[in-house]
Formats: sequence, C-alpha cells, structure tokens
Amino acid sequence: MAFRESPLGELKVPLTWTAAVALVVAAILAVALLLTDRREALREQAYGTARQTVDTVAAPVGQVVAAPVRATGQGLAFVGGYFFAVSENRRLRKELEDMRQWRDVAIALRDTNDRYKTLLGLKTDPPLPMVAARVVSDSRGPFANARLADAGRDKGVTIGNPVLSERGLVGRVVGVSGGVSRVVLLTDIASRTPVMIDRTNARAILAGDGGPNPKLDYLRGRDPVKSGDRVMTSGDGGVIPRGLPVGVAVKGVDGSWRVQLASDSAPIDFVRILLFKDFAQLANETELRQTVMPPVTTENQRESILGPAVPAPTPTPAPPRPATTTPPAARTPAPQAPATATSRPTPPATTTAPPQ
Amino acid sequence: MSLSSARPLDPWRWLVAPLLLALIASVLFAAPIRVFGLHLPEPVFALAPAFAWAVIRPAVLAPFLVLLMGLALDLFWGGPMGLWALSLLVAYGATLFSRSMMTGQSPVMMFVWYAVICALAMATGYLVTMLDALAAPSLLAVLWQYLATIVLFPFAYRLIDRFEDADVRFR
Repeated sequence: MAFRESPLGELKVPLTWTAAVALVVAAILAVALLLTDRREALREQAYGTARQTVDTVAAPVGQVVAAPVRATGQGLAFVGGYFFAVSENRRLRKELEDMRQWRDVAIALRDTNDRYKTLLGLKTDPPLPMVAARVVSDSRGPFANARLADAGRDKGVTIGNPVLSERGLVGRVVGVSGGVSRVVLLTDIASRTPVMIDRTNARAILAGDGGPNPKLDYLRGRDPVKSGDRVMTSGDGGVIPRGLPVGVAVKGVDGSWRVQLASDSAPIDFVRILLFKDFAQLANETELRQTVMPPVTTENQRESILGPAVPAPTPTPAPPRPATTTPPAARTPAPQAPATATSRPTPPATTTAPPQ
Repeated sequence: MSLSSARPLDPWRWLVAPLLLALIASVLFAAPIRVFGLHLPEPVFALAPAFAWAVIRPAVLAPFLVLLMGLALDLFWGGPMGLWALSLLVAYGATLFSRSMMTGQSPVMMFVWYAVICALAMATGYLVTMLDALAAPSLLAVLWQYLATIVLFPFAYRLIDRFEDADVRFR
C-alpha cells in the first residue's frame, strides 16, 4: 500500500489547518503590535520597557562583539598607514596650506565678529555640556537606521539630545535606559531635521529614507542650493542648536537634492551627545513665569479694564508721622494679569515625523 | 506501516537552534565597523529559517517562533515594533501556501523560490514602512539588503536538507 493512501495520511490535513490557524493568530498579533507602536512619539513612556531592556542587554553584548572587530580594524589601519604614508603626507601638506589661509580669514572674522557683538550688546548662547560615548551596535537596514551608545540616563542623557561625531551631526537620542541610549540616525526613514544651506541661508528639512544620503525636502526660492554647498542645522523649532555641520549638498541619481553626510567620513566608534533638549533649557523658567502685566487703568483710578475694580485702600488712622512719606498711588496694588497672558508657547518637541 | 515512521521532529534541533543562530548572526553583523570605508551589509538572517521551517513541514509552534524572531529583530534594530514580525510571517505563510507545488524541486528552483519569498518579505516591509513613516524608503537600500539576504540560501537549503525527511507525512 502506498504511504499516501495509508490512514496516517489523514493526520496531514488537521495539522496543516492548525498550523494555518497559528499563522493567522501570529499575524494578528504582529499587526496589533504594529498599530500600537509609538516609537516616533519621542517620549520616555512610549519607548517602553521592552526596548529599554533589550538595549540594556544588547549594549554589553555589542561591546564584546565589537572589541575584536575594532582591534582588527585598528591593526589594518596601522598596516595601511605604512602603505599609504606618502600619498597621505602629500594630501595633508596640501590641506595644511589651504587651512593656513583659512586660519587667517577666521582670525580676521573673529575679530570683526567680536566687535559687532560688543556694538550690538549681543548675548551669545552659553556653551552646551556634552558626554562622549562609544557606539556598540549599528543597524543600517532600509527600514531602521539606529545605533546604541554606551551612555545613558546615568550621564544625564535624555530623549531628544543631538548626537555628533567628530565631523558632524549623526542623529538624535530616541531612547534612554540606565547606561545605554539609542540614537536614530539622520538616514533613518523617520528622521526629519531642520537644516539650512550655508551659502544662501535657504531652509529645508533633511528627510532620511534608509539610504546613505538623506533628501533635502521643502527647499524654497530660485536655485537655493548647488552642488557642494555646505549644509548645517538651522535651529528652527528649537530642538537642535543652530550651526551644527551636517554635510555637503549633492545631486542624487533620482534628480533630488541630497546630502553627503559629514559624519560618514568619520569613524563610527565614538560619538558626542549634546545634553541639549530644546531652547527652553537656556531660559530661566521661574523668571519667565513671574511676568506681570503693567497696570492699565481708566480715568477712574479705582477701576481697571483688565479685571474687577480694585478695592479702594481703606483709610487707616494716621500713623505717627515718619521722617519720609510715600504717595498713596504708589501703595495701590497692581492688578494681576490673567494666567493665560503669561503662558509661554511650547516649542515642538520632535523632529521625527509622526505618523498621521 | 507503523506509526514510528512518522517520527516527530525535535523542536530544539529544527526550530530553536536555527532561531538562536539567526539572532546571534544578526547581532554579529550589527558590529559598528566599516571595511575600507564601507558599511557591512545587513542581511535578514531570520528569513532563512522562516523559509526552511515552512518547507520542512507545517507546525503550530513555527509561526509563533517566527513572530518572536521578528519582534527580536525589531527591538534590536530599533524599527517599528511588528515590522519584521509581520514581514517574516508573510514570507512564512507564502512558503507554506506554495510548498505543495515546490517541495522536491531542484536546488536551482528552490533558490528561485527562496528569492521570490525574500522579495515578498522585503515588499511587505517596504509597504509597512511607507504606511508607518509616510515616506518611501530608498529602493537602492532595499535592493542592497535583498541581495545580502538571498545569498543566505545555502543556510536555508542546509536546514531543509537536514530535516526534510524527518517527518515523512509531509514529504
């Protein structure tokens, strides 16, 4: 008797159907998780315990994995240094000549700039604190571009902090646990960063698409950019400081303007995390909240157009005559402004595109 | 014919071990290094066992392990939760659906089948990402990851070859 005609063959159908049901249940679970995912919210609660736990576990594993690879890379670079020493020396000499000219220009500009600041009484931003971190993991697929850095909440890192390499902006912190933080790169599909073209001051949004060169979206004006223009952060929205180097504008194969990232030419081992969340941290919140509107009074000194009539000061028996007297008007309490008049607008807390 | 011919597979050998190997390989390839200034490719190692499990035989446990593997990738790579879980399940389901036509074919045909399944998984990931981020991922980046993934066929074929005959009910 052939095997397929045996009674055993009847077992095949129920198991296949059961497997199909299991597949449907698993798919429903996956869709439900996808719909409830709030990764892009850039909030501590949205990042979730599961992600924090995985990051915390993955960081030491990544360090162990990366250690021999890093040592091998350093060894190869050491050997390669001998082979390319002559060409490297020529290139560096040429670069040094150029840099000397730029140094003179920079000194002259700094002097001019200092004088302008003095004339205008311009208040400059205070220096931002930063922490250095080692990258222990690097995911670079088309659907997610992120890195794990071994500095977290214990070093003051918070969600939203900008991350730099030695050459330029790398991305932003989207998740933090005890000693690890996850950095979403500028190339990530969900990354949106306000930038400007250095030459024309034209604004744009740098939008990642999973490829190595993110796009410049929403460029305005006639010929706002040309190939080779330097691109830097604009500071618009207040979530990233102005003037951080991003890269150089290039024309993509699809005809759109893209950016060759400056951070791509730097080693990816180490990053600097700016402990900067938004411009609100530069202001004194307490002082801002104490703003009081000036008193606005009608002809009748006892009535105000901002609120109920101010009660007249009760006459008090004349005290013993002091050495100096205060006019009665100066003792009248100023009416308090409505609470809404002193509220400060909150800047948007994210550059990552939220799903609509 | 006795029931002993329908020997059940040991889940540790054909399910759990490949799952762990795929996840370990993913962690290894996430090391932050560049070779001559170029990034390492990032293949989806999990697609090889997901394909092989469906070819070997239908199982109740396998879809849930595929789900688990996908969620682990999402957590580790930092993508939207459920992206790779759904993509791998689509690949697993498509393989399961077409296995009666394709099992027993030559290795070349199996490779073509695997390549089509990988393309389906990547297309699912592409669509889900488009809906999630409201932006189209780079096709070149998707193609690069697709090519890095289909070269993993020997690992999938080795797994199929090893366990395909273990349960003769589904040959």
